[in-house]
Amino acid sequence: MKHNLDKLSAIFNRYPQNRESLIAVLQDIQKEYHYLPEEALQATAKTLDVPLSKVFSVATFYNAFSHYPRGEKIIRICVGTTCHIRGAHLVQEQLENRLNIKAGSTTKDLKYTLETVNCVGACSQAPVVIVNNKYYGHVKVSDAKKLLRSK
Amino acid sequence: MHLDNPQQLIDWHDKIIAKQKKIKKKILVCCGPGCLANGAQDIIDKFKTVLKEKKISGFTVEALKETGCHGFCEQGPLVVMEPKGLYYTKVKVKDVEDIIEQSIKNDKIIDRLLYNDPQTDKKIERYQDIKFYSHQKKVVLNNLGNINQCNIEDYIANDGYQALSKVITSMSPQKVIDTITKSGLRGRGGAGFPTGRKWATCRKVESDTHYVICNGDEGDPGAFMDRALMEGDPFSVLEGMTIAAFAVGAKQGYIYVREEYPLAVVNLQKAIEIANEKGLLGDNILGTDFSFNIKISRGAGAFVCGESSALMKSVAGEVGEPRAKYVRSVVKGLYDRPTVLNNVETFANVPIIIRKGASWYQKIGTPKNSGTKAFSLVGKVRNTGLIEVAMGTTLREIIYDIGGGIIDDRPFKAVQTGGPSGGCLPASKLDLPVDFDSLNEAGSMMGSGGMIVMDDLTCMVDVAKYFLGFLVNESCGKCVPCREGLYQLHALTVKVSEGKAEEADLEKMEKLSEMVIIGSLCGLGKSGPNPLLSTIKYFRDEYMAHIRDKRCPAGVCRALITYKITDACTGCMACIAPCPTNAITGKKNEMHVIDQELCTKCGACFAVCRYDAILVS
Ligand SMILES: Cc1cc2nc3c(=O)[nH]c(=O)nc-3n(C[C@H](O)[C@H](O)[C@H](O)COP(=O)(O)O)c2cc1C
Ligand code: FES
Repeated sequence: MKHNLDKLSAIFNRYPQNRESLIAVLQDIQKEYHYLPEEALQATAKTLDVPLSKVFSVATFYNAFSHYPRGEKIIRICVGTTCHIRGAHLVQEQLENRLNIKAGSTTKDLKYTLETVNCVGACSQAPVVIVNNKYYGHVKVSDAKKLLRSK
Repeated sequence: MHLDNPQQLIDWHDKIIAKQKKIKKKILVCCGPGCLANGAQDIIDKFKTVLKEKKISGFTVEALKETGCHGFCEQGPLVVMEPKGLYYTKVKVKDVEDIIEQSIKNDKIIDRLLYNDPQTDKKIERYQDIKFYSHQKKVVLNNLGNINQCNIEDYIANDGYQALSKVITSMSPQKVIDTITKSGLRGRGGAGFPTGRKWATCRKVESDTHYVICNGDEGDPGAFMDRALMEGDPFSVLEGMTIAAFAVGAKQGYIYVREEYPLAVVNLQKAIEIANEKGLLGDNILGTDFSFNIKISRGAGAFVCGESSALMKSVAGEVGEPRAKYVRSVVKGLYDRPTVLNNVETFANVPIIIRKGASWYQKIGTPKNSGTKAFSLVGKVRNTGLIEVAMGTTLREIIYDIGGGIIDDRPFKAVQTGGPSGGCLPASKLDLPVDFDSLNEAGSMMGSGGMIVMDDLTCMVDVAKYFLGFLVNESCGKCVPCREGLYQLHALTVKVSEGKAEEADLEKMEKLSEMVIIGSLCGLGKSGPNPLLSTIKYFRDEYMAHIRDKRCPAGVCRALITYKITDACTGCMACIAPCPTNAITGKKNEMHVIDQELCTKCGACFAVCRYDAILVS
């Protein structure tokens, strides 16, 4: 996939160009493109003067980074302890069945990405599902359809 | 305005107080994690538009405060009106005009928004009279729920920055350390290491640079105290860190915030900019030659990065793998320099201790565990929320007096503290005083303060399996005992949950746990078996039921349960469509049946049934 890499220089300029900025830069790239395009990793290595192998090792170590394009709608199911004992795994299964993908992947048409996350700090509303940054609390198994349709 | 000397801070404080005295009525809208998830932002916006349209004499937008977490998340979104403490719960956008019209303009109380005490079935007007609040002791969370989140004037009006000013003008670094040591403050990040001692060690190490780092990774799932503090009272964290920097001689600080907390990053960043502008952070603080800068470092979703040496690697932009600790990080930490790492809540306690004195602080709590502790009280408890109690308060007081008991009056089964490093304590431990030492002794841990209450519908084998699965995912993989040991322990719990285990497997798990504890490199592995060991210790019968009787008493472990429809079924057909495998058949007004061959036990029917007609056994 080819990307418009013009936005990269703006991201690089936000930080001092050294090793310490690596994670922050990768986060901003991910925010911009919703994943880490390979070309962007190469540009990062060059700009921050960090070996490409190191950039890859950091990019693959942390859960927050995705190496594949993600969907338009990113659905994150909290599977923290509180959400778990309040039935998050059942909600997860419903969403997986409906989208026919496992958590951690994206539908072929790039419409939906399903992910899990370990506690977002809204445990009092457990179980919690986040659709493109909007929180839904006290989610029930029967809400799956509604979540997929939500904006 | 840039403050060039401590006197200017005092003058500014007096000016703010004079200005705020003129504000007679205040509306406080809780913007804590729970209320935000429940739509608090829309309520704020609505208040702003309505206040702009309607001019109300003696009331301006300035009196509208977007506060941090007020605590009682279960009842959110919350709106509080001062000075009386009038307390509205479950507020919706459509209630806003009413609140302004009735309660602000005409001092009338809106009955339908009041909290109803389930025990007495009476409405309560003021939050101070609600049991959830009256049994707490708020010290470090005091500003939350009272002040505007990123408003330095509010912070200063509540005695903010007085401690820093006192430290700079009248205390030596050693005196600061002595005060913290005398207060008995122990690290709130989990292990309870004496903070004063940590600072003293760091100060003594000769180096060109010292660092101060705030651990805002809050990795324990089910905990959100640090999130609430960073978002709702960011200046207290900054002030605490600045005092620590003065004490150990650091010029640079970092706050490591987990990536799941974007709002915490925004609020801290705002607070840092404001504090810099005012001369309360940055070069020549309050006109003295003391300088200290703070940078935010965002985590990227790795639990192990809460561990001190991994966190410091991550701050440096590297892979967050822990290292062996024969040389401690206070001696050789970030970039191999002496580094003080403390938890968010630890730092937030510091200004209060300096301001009110070590002896004042020491009197709260118990002799070896002074002060208070914030907890997120969640799970199957009636009143979920953010609470703060004096150390030594019993679990029973927390769960029953503050928490209001278990949802639907079901039996209490266990309380989980300490996250993946902690354990589950049974009903027989309800009278345990909550402090670092008692919890450790009982086989659990304080952790950073998640307290997850479980009822009889929670399976302890499932909980142990859950935590081990979590740790298998989060283990960095550097050392074998943790990487492979936890993996095998998890596999064994899966075996138990599927009814395939033998009695000998229990012993195997205990033995293997011991090896993981001894052999692992860092705290993740060393404490990883705790959830398993504590559940085996206190809930052996439940393990035996899975192993011997092939039964899951809580009705959770899928391989061992069946869903059946009882004659309470009215034939309403509500469960038919949600079933993903079309396992349920039945006609309108006739009892339905589940085809056990097709049933995948996903629980969808159970969740939608309004007549309790579906039985799990
Ligand atoms: C696997 C692991 C995860 C940890 N996660 C956190 C965390 O999320 N927040 C925290 O404050 N401390 C965490 N700690 C404890 C820190 O290593 C460290 O002890 C603490 O931040 C020190 O601060 P304190 O003395 O103020 O508690 C963790 C430790 C381990 C071993
Ligand atoms: S466990 Fe899901 S929000 Fe905390």
